Amino acid sequence: MSASLPIASLRQVHKRYGAVTALDGMELDLRRGELLAMLGSNGAGKTTALGVLTGRLCADAGEVKLFGADPKDAAVRRRIGVMLQEARLPDTLRVQELVHQFSCYYPQPRPLQETLALAGLSALARRAYGALSGGQQRRVQFALAICGCPELVFVDEPTSGLDVEARRAFWQVIQCLRDAGTSIVLTTHYLEEADALADRVVLIANGRVLAEDTPAGLKARARSARIRCVTQLSLTELLSIPGVQSAEAQGSCRSLRCDDSDQVLRRLLARDPSVSGIEIRPLSLEDAFLTLTGEAA
Amino acid sequence: MTRNTATVPAVGGLSMTWAQQARLFACEAGYEILRTLRTPAFVIPTLAFPVVFYLLFAVLIPGQWGNLHKASYLLATYGVFGVIGPALFGFGVGMAIDREQGLLELKRVSPMPMLAYFFARIAMSLLTAACVVVLLSVAASVFGGVRMDMLQWLRLLLALLLGTLPFCAMGLWIGSLVKGQAAVGIVNLIYLPMSVLSGLWMPLFVFPTLIQKLAAVWPAWHLAQLALGIAGQIQNVNMPLHGAVLLGYTALFLGLALWRMRGR
Repeated sequence: MSASLPIASLRQVHKRYGAVTALDGMELDLRRGELLAMLGSNGAGKTTALGVLTGRLCADAGEVKLFGADPKDAAVRRRIGVMLQEARLPDTLRVQELVHQFSCYYPQPRPLQETLALAGLSALARRAYGALSGGQQRRVQFALAICGCPELVFVDEPTSGLDVEARRAFWQVIQCLRDAGTSIVLTTHYLEEADALADRVVLIANGRVLAEDTPAGLKARARSARIRCVTQLSLTELLSIPGVQSAEAQGSCRSLRCDDSDQVLRRLLARDPSVSGIEIRPLSLEDAFLTLTGEAA
Repeated sequence: MTRNTATVPAVGGLSMTWAQQARLFACEAGYEILRTLRTPAFVIPTLAFPVVFYLLFAVLIPGQWGNLHKASYLLATYGVFGVIGPALFGFGVGMAIDREQGLLELKRVSPMPMLAYFFARIAMSLLTAACVVVLLSVAASVFGGVRMDMLQWLRLLLALLLGTLPFCAMGLWIGSLVKGQAAVGIVNLIYLPMSVLSGLWMPLFVFPTLIQKLAAVWPAWHLAQLALGIAGQIQNVNMPLHGAVLLGYTALFLGLALWRMRGR
């Protein structure tokens, strides 16, 4: 019965920093047991949305609920764990000491060894935080987020700055946690990451949710590409090529949006052998999303 | 691995027992102390500075100040100097650095009550202050020939420890105003002139009259009056008045800090 109720929500939330609008009427529901990825470029408002949901920031307007209560209340935050985008922990404390310290904040913490094992830190337990590599430090910060056995975990850009191997290892840990029933909110600007992990993806831009989709739907959109070229064909002629979704003039160039760029390119060359200055780029995430939402924004 | 969800309410917070809360506070203070002890660059100067200065001015540099006992007089004032340092630096600089590094933000989104963070910093300041007073007292009795009965010494210790609170509050305010290393500069800019102008390094009677009169604006001067009174170096000290002024400063700085932090 509680599966349908959101465990956290934002309703028409606004937040400004001086002249900058970080959240502009953000609407969001988090469901129990799901892994939600918040996707967006830097400055889209992802971190601010997490800040409001975790009680770090006050919304200027709107309603913020965490387990039906105000996230400013520490007792509610005993149900969540947070990994911030940037946090430097005391260099002189050891890994196990930091995990123990944060475990004390929770009424029913995970056993210390279990937390260390989950975060892949068992071998580093006695190492000082300052002596760890960047990836290892991120794992400690993750351990602090999960040490309290929280029902909901927020992770803000967990893999930015990590190498490919460390990123894959991190994904595995996240998946383990999710399989154990923990709800997870993850912000990222890697499409690949959202695709690998999420049940649901929301695209954030300009402080609002632009669109939401499953990773499969997202992938289909992201296959699209944009072709730029100089051609003698008119826009109408270009649009008549099968596979071309839209065409527009950009100075002397023509810009085409299409699903399958290889096919379209072959057809284009067949119709106009003099085509030049060909440039193919994958659609940006925002473009990809908007293709299907019909230019809602 | 996960908790049985049946024990968890669908809505609202989780409660913690008093014992768990007490453990949280003790744990926070313990790790704050451990973290600081493992930073010799903070511990050694904080402990050594007042003792070295005391030995220099009270013992090595000769001179007689009328009927005052120089070594006892300076024990009181360097005691004040020595306990103010860790309070101002621990709160002001420590918090400013935690804020800059994002640690304070991480703790604010964790379920840790902010009170536990302040409690840990106060515990650290008090511990450092107690060590400073003990070291100074040993130096005073071994090299300065200072004799004090146990009760008198305990009163001095208590006054100096409680006397750190206004400076903890002042540090808190500084820590809420600036971030990172900027706080080091600001704390030094306040700490050193205030110490000199309150007569902590050299007695006030060597200064011009104007500076002697202005000394009353500094909280450090009021704490020094209490310490000197207890050490028997000045007579007829109005203890309740100086105590009240220190309490007033504590309330003022605490108010400014909370107002500043709430505005975020």
